[in-house]
Amino acid sequence: MTINTLAKGGWHRDQMACFRKMEKVIVAMQDPDMGMKMRNQRLLITVIPHAMTGRDVINWLMQKYNMCEEEALHLGGMLVRYGYIYPLKEPRSLVLRADESPYRFQTPYFWTSTRWPATELDYAIYLAKKNIRKQGELMEYEKERYSVLHKRINHTWDFVVMQAREQLRASKQRRKADRIVLECQEQAYWLINRPPVSLTLSTFRIYFIAHFVCVCVCVCTFCLCLQIEFCRRALGRNRVKSSICLEGFVKYSEQYLSHDPIMQGCLPSNPWISDDTAHWTMNTEVRVPIPSRLRVERWSFSFMELLNDAMGRREFMTYLEKEFSAENLCFWQACEDIRHGENSRIVEKVEEVYKNFLAPGAARWVNIDSKTMDKTLKGIQHPHRFVMDDAQMHIYFLMKKDSFPRYLKSDLYKNMLAKAIVPQEVKKSVFPFMRRQRHSSPSPVPTLAQPAPVSDARAEKPERVDLPSSIVCVGHHSNHRKGSSAFTEFKARTSLST
Amino acid sequence: MRSPPIPEMATQEVQLSETLAHLKTESDTLKGKLEEERAKLHDVELHQVAEKVEGLGQFVMKTRRTLKGHGNKVLCMDWCKDKRRIVSSSQDGKVIVWDAFTTNKEHAVTMPCTWVMACAYAPSGCAVACGGLDNKCSVYPLSLDKNENLAAKKKSVAMHTNYLSACSFTNSDMQILTSSGDGTCALWDVESGQLLQSFHGHAADVLCLDLAPSETGNTFVSGGCDKKANVWDMRSGQCIQSFETHESDINNSSEADREVAIYSKESIIFGVSSVDFSLSGRLLFGGYNDYTINVWDVLKGTRVSILFGHENRVSTLRVSPDGTAFCTGSWDHTLRTWA
Repeated sequence: MTINTLAKGGWHRDQMACFRKMEKVIVAMQDPDMGMKMRNQRLLITVIPHAMTGRDVINWLMQKYNMCEEEALHLGGMLVRYGYIYPLKEPRSLVLRADESPYRFQTPYFWTSTRWPATELDYAIYLAKKNIRKQGELMEYEKERYSVLHKRINHTWDFVVMQAREQLRASKQRRKADRIVLECQEQAYWLINRPPVSLTLSTFRIYFIAHFVCVCVCVCTFCLCLQIEFCRRALGRNRVKSSICLEGFVKYSEQYLSHDPIMQGCLPSNPWISDDTAHWTMNTEVRVPIPSRLRVERWSFSFMELLNDAMGRREFMTYLEKEFSAENLCFWQACEDIRHGENSRIVEKVEEVYKNFLAPGAARWVNIDSKTMDKTLKGIQHPHRFVMDDAQMHIYFLMKKDSFPRYLKSDLYKNMLAKAIVPQEVKKSVFPFMRRQRHSSPSPVPTLAQPAPVSDARAEKPERVDLPSSIVCVGHHSNHRKGSSAFTEFKARTSLST
Repeated sequence: MRSPPIPEMATQEVQLSETLAHLKTESDTLKGKLEEERAKLHDVELHQVAEKVEGLGQFVMKTRRTLKGHGNKVLCMDWCKDKRRIVSSSQDGKVIVWDAFTTNKEHAVTMPCTWVMACAYAPSGCAVACGGLDNKCSVYPLSLDKNENLAAKKKSVAMHTNYLSACSFTNSDMQILTSSGDGTCALWDVESGQLLQSFHGHAADVLCLDLAPSETGNTFVSGGCDKKANVWDMRSGQCIQSFETHESDINNSSEADREVAIYSKESIIFGVSSVDFSLSGRLLFGGYNDYTINVWDVLKGTRVSILFGHENRVSTLRVSPDGTAFCTGSWDHTLRTWA
């Protein structure tokens, strides 16, 4: 008659893993040598053996796992919430108190992992027992559930009552201390599995309805063929030793350490901590007159870093113009535009690129090796998103191997580095109560008056659309006003509270 | 044991099972070879390489902003490239765009479905994408016009046959990458809603994805319920690499041929729901189901710090684009920015 247990397989396996971990901790706590020291606790006039205080639990956790009190409280709290330790005083309050409050270990028979899910029938028997024993003194929510169950499983009600009576009779034959212990354990179990307000256990339940769908791997010929294909390809791939790969990672991490605001702070200050947006203003995409030192240094880390920074890209373009090889960067940008742009404009863009960069006698002809050129020209007959890939790659590596290292040695770069500012550190204000006013910034979204910035089909402008700087200058104040009135309207309409 | 009614079927069955057995042997042999090759190159462990690296000192990170306003569990969030705005989605079907610095709400959209499990900010900052149980990914261009109903301009881009678990814009506003409970990932053209590329290979729900831009073209990694993390080539749709790992589902993926290190501690009981690296890659932040955030030293493999604050499970975690802070969303209906 029990309700079907989807339990231990499928989507409960996450919870099972957690329970197993908690049980490891519990078992360690009860270890005769290294575990906790137990003592007898008095509950009213009865003495309960093998109990401990909340303070004991916390101290043991702190010592065993080398953690601070806050974390021990947190972990211990979890053990109580999931029923592995239950409080003797105030059993309905499932919290761990760091004082002399007495607690006991729950018996494995009643562990959530061993008896899951808690069945309706068992719950009915428990409530029936309580009803008989305390002569109808169930709590409100228990009364409600009792009557619901009575209706629902009415056909087995005789069985329920009979079981309840039997269990009560058996328990009367036990020693008083044992009986109280068993009652406590059972009560604790049901407080966890049928809590008064069902919110607490919602984490047990289907916390992600989506997780329901877990398709089993079916071994069929198709799957196997795919796997074989995959393995063959994988064996053919180039591989690199772990040591090289890991050392690369360590180097990367060290190189970027000073650029990591969380690790080393940022100048003049971290806006989130000091409420001062100077750091952001100094490092905006393009419009800042003099960049910061760290930013300019970062351009030297790799070619990709230089190109990813709009200002860096602009500087590099200036350099290339001096060298009469600016068409390379323009070509590269145009190809990026094709790769990441709208489907509908691919054909038109490919045409443009061919006309400007690849056609014989083109105004900004790029120097590609003949093999790649032939392949590209053939591909252009049927233009698609990746038709320029080979040519773009060729030019990219050309710039990377040749122009980029020379740029880093050039006066242009060195001057930029010398000019670059190192902002003064601004410490947080001495008076913690004087919070700086947090200014809002103009939204990247275009206003009504101004249409969204149209990205130029030609490759002079950088691919990535910057925060529309024109709007920064022109519409700043009006944006701010619009923004705040939009917000008031919005607040009224959607009634979200701040 | 049932017996086939027709004799021909019996022979067919035998043939099929023979082919199956043969294929299985071949597959196993190849897998074995692959493992051998990988093992040959595994000459050192991460902690050995990291021995000469200095250890980290004490870390003090606190909640700097708390964003309140969602009516139910926050499921996903993403940063805008301007380093201060974020978009978040929740179980009540609302998608909100905040200026996290001032904690002001700037835009809000109500989705027709609940459980909006995925949301993403467009690189230009002019649009957001979101989806969930509606099996779709929709793009909403943002507007400052107070009379405009954002939902009116909505563009339905992706269509899956099951729930949408994650979405991300690639290098521009024009393309979006999605992963779904139907076991596939897909790349879409935003303007036309056309499917550009689909990625098959997961045996179960795909729960997360992350982009890995590189010089030679774009790849991304996806993780799923089949305990596999696959690396894909966006152009060809092929799976370049596959990692089998973990005892449980992969809820989050962040970029790194083999499992290099496992970050765990005996006292950490609950699973991690979301991870992200700090800018230098030295720190790994994990949002856990026991409401805390653990900060790991990636190189040394030790836990640097534990952060408390949320009152329910941490469901999503992302570091800001310039690395100055990270933001977490939680089932306690709030988002917090930490620095």
